[in-house]
Amino acid sequence: MKNKLLPIIITSLFIIIFIFFYEGLKNSNIYTPETKINIKVPSFDGELFYEKKIINSLELFQVDKYYLLNIWSSWCVPCRQEHSLLMNLSKDKNIELIGINYKDTKIKAKIFLAELGNPYKKIIFDDKGIIAIEWGAYGVPESYLIKDGIIIKKYIGPLNKTLFNEINYLTK
Amino acid sequence: MKILKLSLIFLFIFSFNNLMANNEVINSKITKNLRCLICQGQSVYDSDSEFAISIKTLVDKKLEEGFSENQIYDFFKEKYGDWILYDPELNKNTYILWLLPILIFLIGGAIIAKTFIIKKNN
Repeated sequence: MKNKLLPIIITSLFIIIFIFFYEGLKNSNIYTPETKINIKVPSFDGELFYEKKIINSLELFQVDKYYLLNIWSSWCVPCRQEHSLLMNLSKDKNIELIGINYKDTKIKAKIFLAELGNPYKKIIFDDKGIIAIEWGAYGVPESYLIKDGIIIKKYIGPLNKTLFNEINYLTK
Repeated sequence: MKILKLSLIFLFIFSFNNLMANNEVINSKITKNLRCLICQGQSVYDSDSEFAISIKTLVDKKLEEGFSENQIYDFFKEKYGDWILYDPELNKNTYILWLLPILIFLIGGAIIAKTFIIKKNN
């Protein structure tokens, strides 16, 4: 009886392991970052672009309204593409735009804004790219929708018409 | 008195150099264990992408602020998830990964032992 039981246990164990791995094969092995996140806004000190004073990030998101934090740079081509949408969003009273100027020079960033317009209420100057890491960013452009100090949605890459409509719908 | 001053200066320079070198060693150890998320198969240490350069700078800053190696890993895990670490920790998502090889090894060993014992008895 004992000798019969052992092969059955081993075979069933291997079948379980096989099924487990076989099911695992169906999972995508492409890394996809989480975009629906409900985490608190990170707390850090950063230099304001125009005012040249150090401000804590939490001070930026105090009022009870929606915020879109956008990481941008003058050398980033997709940032140019999404800029007109950001200009449209800045006209919306429900939402306030905060910019993070990523690894840029102030002169070039100012030229960029003079050319395409400034949709941002406040801009944080991040010449070393450290602040972007605090936000869990991968590169530029990237946007974060914030309400009550909580990041409710993350947009990796440039915004498009569909995402623009989604933001409008969410902030209504 | 002069000798004392000189030796103090030497001690200061030596300890400072040592501290800097120490930070460099830990920095390279940490960045080798961090995955460059926008690169293909490269660690942060190996990559020269903007993302990797920013992470290296931030690791340096955190070390200067007195963060320990594990605190730095926790910081990046909080921002980017477990995927950023090459060496995943034992938790509810990874326990199968860590325990299955041991389990298979033990079962295999048991089978071999059993076979030998049966053969010996026969």
